[in-house]
Amino acid sequence: MSLPAEVIEWFTTSEHWRGDFGVPHRLTEHALMSTAAVLAAVIIGLPLGIWLGHRGRGGALAINLTNVGRAVPSLAILALTQQAIGLRGWPGFGARPAFVALVALAVPPLVTNAYVGMRGVDRDVVEAARGMGMTGGELLWRVEVPIALPLILAGLRTASVQVVATATLAAVTAWGGLGRFIVDGFGQQDDAQIVAGALLVGLLALVTELGLAAVQRRVVSEGLRAQHAPVDDALAAA
Amino acid sequence: MRWDWVRDHGDDILAATRQHVELTLLAVAIGLVLSFPLGLAARRWRRAEGPILGFTGALFTIPSLALFGLLVPFTGLSRTTAEIGLVGYTLLILVRNIVAGLDGVPDDVREAAQGMGYRPLGLLLRVELPLALPVIVAGIRIATVTTIGLVTVTGLIGQGGLGAFIIEGINRDFRTPLVVGSVCSIALALIADVTLAGATRLLAPWTRDHTS
Repeated sequence: MSLPAEVIEWFTTSEHWRGDFGVPHRLTEHALMSTAAVLAAVIIGLPLGIWLGHRGRGGALAINLTNVGRAVPSLAILALTQQAIGLRGWPGFGARPAFVALVALAVPPLVTNAYVGMRGVDRDVVEAARGMGMTGGELLWRVEVPIALPLILAGLRTASVQVVATATLAAVTAWGGLGRFIVDGFGQQDDAQIVAGALLVGLLALVTELGLAAVQRRVVSEGLRAQHAPVDDALAAA
Repeated sequence: MRWDWVRDHGDDILAATRQHVELTLLAVAIGLVLSFPLGLAARRWRRAEGPILGFTGALFTIPSLALFGLLVPFTGLSRTTAEIGLVGYTLLILVRNIVAGLDGVPDDVREAAQGMGYRPLGLLLRVELPLALPVIVAGIRIATVTTIGLVTVTGLIGQGGLGAFIIEGINRDFRTPLVVGSVCSIALALIADVTLAGATRLLAPWTRDHTS
């Protein structure tokens, strides 16, 4: 049987859609883990990046965080957190280290993009807002953050896509998710399972990317839409 | 850490580092060869820009494990599979920076060069590319560092350089090779980053004051 036919058969086999090893469970696992990790990273990273950008401090830290983060292979972060947390005898073998690793990977692009976005706000605009009598808080929420929003959201997109990709790799270090199909497929030399898993993961990543791009288009103020993202905004792959 | 393991495997670590560097250099080199025509096409025909950036962007979005998974049935657990994936991930970064670098050349400069009698090819090679160099090298820097990290993933298809140690560490639950593989890979990435930053300063001394 040819590979495409095998893949179609894999997708139409009902047992691949049932139980803890089925597609729905693995997909939910993957999506929940990714969402939780991105949310945690947003809670940690956005206030930090926005605050540093607002105060104009810690630029070297905010920028280099992404450069250093890029140098650390995601597989290494996953494996090292697995070792560090696993050794302390935490329960939830697999899931907890994977969560910690994903948060650690998602924070740098959020901080860097928020910082760069806040610093990119035209000083004349800030001066004008102050001249109109805006307080620090008003300036922050009604001028700086809205203008920085395209880059803040670009950071969210980068971080989310990276988290979805890296959650796939977490199957190598004992966690579940859609990566299981690919890793188990490699182990069992089952090409149909590998390709099916790869299609599911690729689809989830593209949906994440396109979905967040659509959100970005809707949320960003009309006057800012024409601007292109700067060349050096944070790009990352897993 | 078992230092005796590190001592015993000195030669293996060197060989893996070499393989890691080779896989990376080959991927970035092929990526550059493909990106230049793509970048120039995107710039020459603005209608092509959307599809070119869209395609390379979609490629970039697909998780590495999934991309290798899609390639393995066709090209096997081979170096070819690893390189196709690695090259694919460099394209978006390189094309985007080539386009942005060329776009960043001031119109005044272009007009002055045309007024001096530069033809399109001479203008590109002797005026635009040198001025775009810092942005293009910044792209090469990001692509190189990203590729060094991704090579560890190709260890899963038996082509991983230092990634092989990380995977050995995971499979045997043995921390020493895991730390060795991770630390060497991070060190390679940082060395590449610093070297390319230095290269930018040498090749484009006028950027010394305001780009990193």
